[in-house]
Amino acid sequence: MAEEFLRIDKLVKAFGGNQVVKGVDLSFNKGEFVSLLGPSGCGKTTILRMIAGFERPDSGRILVEGKDISGLAPNQRKIGMVFQAYALFPNMNVADNIGFGLKIAGMPKPQREARTEEMLQLIGLSGYGKRYPFELSGGQQQRVALARALAPSPRMLLLDEPLSALDAKIRVSLREQIRQIQRELGITTVFVTHDQEEALSISDRIVVLNTGNVEQFGQPFEIYNRPQTRFVATFVGTLNTLNATVADAGAKTVTLGGTTVTIPALPASARNGEAVALTMRPEAVSLANGATRDIVLDGKVAEVSFLGSVIRLKVDLGDNAVNLDTFNDQRTPPPAHGAPVRIGIASSDVLVLER
Amino acid sequence: MTNVSSAADTSAGPVSTGPAVRVGGNPFRFFLRLRLGDIIAIAPFIIFALLFLLIPTLGLVVGAFQDPQGNFTLQNVMDLATPQIAASFWISIRVSVTSAVLGAAIGLAIALAIIRGKLPSGIRSAVMTFSGVASQFAGIPLSFAFLATLGRLGLVTVLLKFAGFDLYKSGFNLLSFWGLTITYLYFQIPLMILIIAPAIDGLKKEWGEAAATLGATNGQFWRYIGLPVLWPNLLGTLSLLFANAFGAIATAYALTGSSLNIVPILLYAQIRGDVLHNPGLGAALALGMIVITALANIVYLVIRTRAERWLK
Amino acid sequence: MKPAKLWSWLIFAFGAAYFIVPLLATFEFSLRIRREGYTFDAYTSVFSDGRFQASFSYSLIVGVCAILAGLLIVVPAAYYVRLRAPHLRPIIEFITLLPLVIPAIILVFGYIRMYNTSSPLPLLGTNLGTDILLTLAYVALALPYMYRAVDTGLRTIDVQTLTEAANILGANQATIIAKVIFPNIIVAVLSGAFLTLAIVIGEFTIASLLNRQVFGVYMQNVGANRAFEPAALAVISFVITWGAMGMIQLLARFAPKTARRD
Repeated sequence: MAEEFLRIDKLVKAFGGNQVVKGVDLSFNKGEFVSLLGPSGCGKTTILRMIAGFERPDSGRILVEGKDISGLAPNQRKIGMVFQAYALFPNMNVADNIGFGLKIAGMPKPQREARTEEMLQLIGLSGYGKRYPFELSGGQQQRVALARALAPSPRMLLLDEPLSALDAKIRVSLREQIRQIQRELGITTVFVTHDQEEALSISDRIVVLNTGNVEQFGQPFEIYNRPQTRFVATFVGTLNTLNATVADAGAKTVTLGGTTVTIPALPASARNGEAVALTMRPEAVSLANGATRDIVLDGKVAEVSFLGSVIRLKVDLGDNAVNLDTFNDQRTPPPAHGAPVRIGIASSDVLVLER
Repeated sequence: MTNVSSAADTSAGPVSTGPAVRVGGNPFRFFLRLRLGDIIAIAPFIIFALLFLLIPTLGLVVGAFQDPQGNFTLQNVMDLATPQIAASFWISIRVSVTSAVLGAAIGLAIALAIIRGKLPSGIRSAVMTFSGVASQFAGIPLSFAFLATLGRLGLVTVLLKFAGFDLYKSGFNLLSFWGLTITYLYFQIPLMILIIAPAIDGLKKEWGEAAATLGATNGQFWRYIGLPVLWPNLLGTLSLLFANAFGAIATAYALTGSSLNIVPILLYAQIRGDVLHNPGLGAALALGMIVITALANIVYLVIRTRAERWLK
Repeated sequence: MKPAKLWSWLIFAFGAAYFIVPLLATFEFSLRIRREGYTFDAYTSVFSDGRFQASFSYSLIVGVCAILAGLLIVVPAAYYVRLRAPHLRPIIEFITLLPLVIPAIILVFGYIRMYNTSSPLPLLGTNLGTDILLTLAYVALALPYMYRAVDTGLRTIDVQTLTEAANILGANQATIIAKVIFPNIIVAVLSGAFLTLAIVIGEFTIASLLNRQVFGVYMQNVGANRAFEPAALAVISFVITWGAMGMIQLLARFAPKTARRD
């Protein structure tokens, strides 16, 4: 069992009567990289700002290594933070920015310079110490901001959408770099993002938030494959929804497009004749050419999107439509628009969400 | 109001050159393109600037180095060192520096309070509007207002006496260095607020938060980040406030008559009645004023250039 | 309440007291002219004074003339610099800022030496000449504000495109300025005009040394000879300044609309 580092206990925060964090309980392990994922207004940034100390919780506690830090001012918490808009101090060069926290802590100059140099190497910007922030690109500025936050060896790192202001390519490379540095230092990190792909790729665990509540807390694999709520299923990744009717609740069968299929995930509460939504990821649907899947449906290709390594097809099934992903194969061109296709779905991949 | 701040902004900032001109490759094209319409457009401004700004001022500078017969002399400038004139310069500089520094400090404090102090938002716009008015409320009426407030029969004086405190017996006099300084603050503080407010808006909230997560106290934030970032603006405004006070005469004249002999009042008396009995000395007095305001601006420009490294 | 917020309130309260008390005191003082109690007699006395009416209307006329002359000088120059000679901008802006650095008393001293009766251009030799000199001196005082106002107005509209459009339609430069540019920057120009008026209406130094009986000189005379009328005059002045600045605020609300509509 991993060691608990940060514990959030029944945290509540309202702004002017509007409750944005509604009793959140969380527990993060030491050295873990956790993402707070959700749409804007879900409370993720507010939770992060309460951990940093910029907002005061209306009620609830935040414990770091078992000690309540709610009463501490932000400058007493020893928590590093990286902001969306870099927030480098414009009047200081890169070295002075990185060394600021050390200077405040009273570290003598020689040690400070050594530590600054070490941080510059860590972020791959050796030799940039004398530059001013405005002379750096966005990605470089954000790396400096990361180094500045890490220089005083904080006990925890908070990242507030640090990648949203950057170009797509830099976003991916910097996110890998952040993750690598985080692993190297083993620092507990909380990362706020609205980008599910970002969260899935970088995190040890993800907290999916919606309207101030935790929808699900788990590893990326679990969040993606076993979403526990409709919100998580639709917010994280693409989801197909097929409308079906319960044929025999006891036998877990439903009627779908004129055929009766068995759905192991059909909840026990389902009643005969009730309408249900069957959902599955696009990659769980395949072109059934020879493949053996227990649900087989016929339809017509409505749209073809060539995404590179993956081809996404939208297939019109008459009363339903599904998206399916197939890998690109240079020997087999994708079916043409309007072509009749047969699709297969493994019934074990189907989730049933309540309507 | 916006005009005041924008005018001052420019004095406190690098002059922008605007969009690039579309002049062709041939260097003579510009002159070829200089049509009659262009000349008519720019001529009134140039003639006006020469006749009513540059030549009259230069005439005084030249006059400062001429004796009554028109020969070159340094006597006028050296005569500035006579005790009466030197004392005038000294008190003028003291009043200007004190009112500029206090005006800047108090104006900054008020601007910070209304912008970053989490006061209701209506207060900010009310203060800005009032500052626009008060920064222009100078001269004769301002001196009347302070006579009615802190004069011997002024409301505050009377009320304090009623409360058992005799302001004038305690050594205060409106017709004095401190009296004049307090009066000048009435236009210096609003001017500061108008000019510095946009600069304070430019301080990002995240800088303060970043500093806090790095362990800095609020005071350390202002010492290492807030004030250094505002510094060029503060200095620019300071030199403007200094010039503003140094050249002001109407307020002091109506307030103190000639009992407080600041340089502009001395010069005023000289122009009126040649009290120095030497026209060249008057010009030297003017030269001294020009040099001092110019120096204030040069100091500002030098410090600003050094700060330019990180100013985009 | 957090200490920071408390401080903000304290500073604000201190500032508010410093700025409001003199206004209240002045108003109170202006009502004290009769021993038996507060009356508006000081105001009656001021308004019925022939010299008040004469000096105030003279100041108003000079102010309006200064605004018109200033516009004739500034608008073509600002337009020219923005459109055809941006490389001259630093020089022009430097000149327009000079009046903020050269005190008024220096300017008028220079004028007196340059335009005296024995000079090639003896403006001070005649009454009309002196009036013109006073007007132009006020143009100089208002130049920084006037130029900034007009230049800001020009910046908000696309001068280049408008000029090219007008050129295609066959208009010449004068027509362009009068019919296309000016209507577009009227709001900015009016702001500059009201600011000029606020500066000019109480001006004392220049007018006094040129021996012109303007409102500022009249106020100074009253101040030297009367006790309660000056307070009334200060209140009147404050109201006028407030009115002029209030007009600018009001105009500022219309400004963006003008820019967008065109």
